[in-house]
Amino acid sequence: MTTSDTKPFENLNIVIVGHVDHGKSTLLGRLYADTGSLPDGKLEKVQAICKQQGKEFEYAFLFDAFLEEQEQGITIDTARTFFMWKGRQYIIIDAPGHKEFLKNMISGAARAEAALLLIDALEGVKEQSKKHGYLLSLLGVRQFAVVVNKMDLVGYRQDVFDGIEKEYREFLGQFKAVPSQFIPVSAKLGDNIANRSGRMSWYSGSTVLETLGAFNKETARSEQPLRLPVQDVYKFDARRIITGRITAGRLKVGDHLVFSPSNKRANIRTVEAFNIEPQPTEGQAGQSIGVTLDEQIFVERGEIASHQEHLPLVSTAVRANLFWLGKRPLEKGRKYLLRVATKEVDCEVASIHRIIDTMDLAQQQGSTTINKNQVAELTLRTKTPVAFDLSSSFEATGRFVLVDEYDIAGGGIITELVHDDQEFLREEARRRDFAWVKGEVTVEDRAQQYGHRAAVVLITGGRHTGKSFLARKLEGRLVADGRHAYLLDGENLRRGLDADLSEEERGQTTEMARRYGEVARLLTDTGLIVVSTTNPFGLAHHEASQAIRTLVHPAPVIAVHMSKTEEELPPNTDVALTGPTDFDAATARIIDELKRRGVLARAIGAKPIFQYSI
Amino acid sequence: MRHLRQLEDQSVYILREAYKHFGNLAMLWSMGKDSTVLLWLARKAFFGHVPFPLLHVDTSYKIPAMIEYRDRLAREWRLNLVVGQNKEALAAGMNHTMGRVVCCTALKTNGLKQLLENKGYTGVILGVRADEEGTRAKERYFSPRDKHGDWDFRDQPPELWDQYKTTFPPGTHIRIHPLLDWTEINIWEYIKLENIPFIDLYLDKGNGTRYRSLGCAPCTSPIKSTAKTVDDIIEELRHTTVAERSGRAQDEGRGMELLRKDGYM
Repeated sequence: MTTSDTKPFENLNIVIVGHVDHGKSTLLGRLYADTGSLPDGKLEKVQAICKQQGKEFEYAFLFDAFLEEQEQGITIDTARTFFMWKGRQYIIIDAPGHKEFLKNMISGAARAEAALLLIDALEGVKEQSKKHGYLLSLLGVRQFAVVVNKMDLVGYRQDVFDGIEKEYREFLGQFKAVPSQFIPVSAKLGDNIANRSGRMSWYSGSTVLETLGAFNKETARSEQPLRLPVQDVYKFDARRIITGRITAGRLKVGDHLVFSPSNKRANIRTVEAFNIEPQPTEGQAGQSIGVTLDEQIFVERGEIASHQEHLPLVSTAVRANLFWLGKRPLEKGRKYLLRVATKEVDCEVASIHRIIDTMDLAQQQGSTTINKNQVAELTLRTKTPVAFDLSSSFEATGRFVLVDEYDIAGGGIITELVHDDQEFLREEARRRDFAWVKGEVTVEDRAQQYGHRAAVVLITGGRHTGKSFLARKLEGRLVADGRHAYLLDGENLRRGLDADLSEEERGQTTEMARRYGEVARLLTDTGLIVVSTTNPFGLAHHEASQAIRTLVHPAPVIAVHMSKTEEELPPNTDVALTGPTDFDAATARIIDELKRRGVLARAIGAKPIFQYSI
Repeated sequence: MRHLRQLEDQSVYILREAYKHFGNLAMLWSMGKDSTVLLWLARKAFFGHVPFPLLHVDTSYKIPAMIEYRDRLAREWRLNLVVGQNKEALAAGMNHTMGRVVCCTALKTNGLKQLLENKGYTGVILGVRADEEGTRAKERYFSPRDKHGDWDFRDQPPELWDQYKTTFPPGTHIRIHPLLDWTEINIWEYIKLENIPFIDLYLDKGNGTRYRSLGCAPCTSPIKSTAKTVDDIIEELRHTTVAERSGRAQDEGRGMELLRKDGYM
């Protein structure tokens, strides 16, 4: 074992992948033995046992025995072992080849900073060699080397090695993966593991240990534009601290931050820390930090803070590559919970474009399900707008997982933004918010004063279902309870704001919804709870409510749908009222929903209780 | 030092995830070096505060100095300390001579289970490390336990990037392990870096022995060592090839596998 008197330690997480019998245990046994990482006498003990049993000694036994000692016989799941070499501690994430192999290999590789991919020189490139190579790329493990093992069994021939290198490089090239090195080794005999082999003079590249030593800790992310996904907001004492882990770039006191998708903005006042003297004034990628802002804006978990020059993307739809590990297949049309960085949002699988066969990257189209261990390209649609990046430009904010029921059941990378119909309005809202002239009174001041936050309650449904009556009843009840509510009927806009428009212009739902949305946005900015029906928008009410949502964002829209009989609910309905309406009960349900969404709450506790920040 | 800050950033992230997602959260504190570092990391994560209770499952056989230390820090750091004890088992005379696994199961595993059940905690933060012993090397950062507190280590959910399992069926709970990637050396390096108060049982006070791992008095024995300072400990650990928990009787045979499957920490 090497001490690190001169050089500080660092950790590097390594995963070793490859086909089941291509020699992972032997390679690991050799690495542990050659770096002096085994307990005293272990090597001799295993050698003696082999001799006694008349078996040829193998390094795989050594590693298995080492593991067995460490693990007391359970060779399941992802295990971690450690060895030290030249001032660095290597954490080897090992995923033994059992039935849940892929799930564990993926869990292991997702944690890895670098990988070794093993190929047997005698057997050549196998299905798992390809699958693992593809998955490493999908998981974002960009640093990896290919170890061509068992060179002793092919007479150390260069042409065999070259053939494997050529074939595998071509395969990897199809998805632009480039290994740092192809290394011909015999793990069994120790060729090119710790020591350079005398039997392959044709190879002048680095050994396995040299290759490991050349893997870098990733530091380049600090040079990227800033990404700080908001993890939580704390108010344990006088400080209101926004926390999160910087996933890219850097920030410092005084920086102007924009939070997406809410478009809230403020300057960093302080960087907070415990037991660090002097108090830090900056932060960079990798750090879990906390900042206070110069203005009391309310931001929520899931938003991404960035600098204004380099904003993340915002949409309700993305195209992605996904691998599925769920117990039941992923189905088109079903709802899942999408998690991108710290954002959690309901989503639906809008379409499955193709399933990718990792063996030859052939594509299968027209499928409506994705089975366990399959990889696919798909489009996801989210209930509310999400801030994200493409994985080609930002790793952490460009990848996601899907949760099915209680479990993380799949993961993937975002490859494209899918344009949705709200794009122009969203851009309008962004430009408008950035240029908004503000008074001294903050949204928070108003919320404290009023005892509630702003929101829009939008009542949809067919004719004669009682929408207008309910809207009036709700407004009355809210005001009677001391809330600040206002019935904003679209009709009134037509008679005033829109009075100068021609009949034809008034027939354009998009423009009418936009005007309504901007007025509602003014009212929510004053802290009101706006109550409305979608009567004025007629059949186009769905389109109109989408536009209103986009324009009043991030104020929550509570969608209430009324119908006389069971019918399919419009997307994003929060309260469904079916059959003859008991208006008191209906009002109570809407008020409950307002409470659940954090609109009606009096205090701001230590733990953020508001689901929506305004 | 950079590697310690990286470990710290990861642990702090995990602690904040736990706090965000679990309404009824608690942290186990055995007063040993690991769970004390964990406690310190919680103060880091929450800027000097510890916004959840600390649980100590008291077997009544702990070394007395540990209890004094516990109560002192609880006062100084304003901790919400919850002590649990399997009183029934103790009243029935449970002790290590009845078998170590039997005793650990009754006083620690069952003591813990009773405490979790009574208080209804859905998230429990523990200071286990992957390099301590084999079953812990298999752990996830967020590790589900079923209705009986059992661990199904053969079929664990995937854990990808910084996305952890934070949803679970009613009646079950999640064990959260922010220290999984830390090694024994890292723990001591961090104690030194942050100047964290620790029990001096870990140091040799002149008789050539010290504790390397702390548990119940009857089942934990000191090791031969002349390490008198944290620096001495770090230097000693850089050269040792003796397992950390060699002084812990419960690890003998398949003890830990059996214990942990049934919900031991």
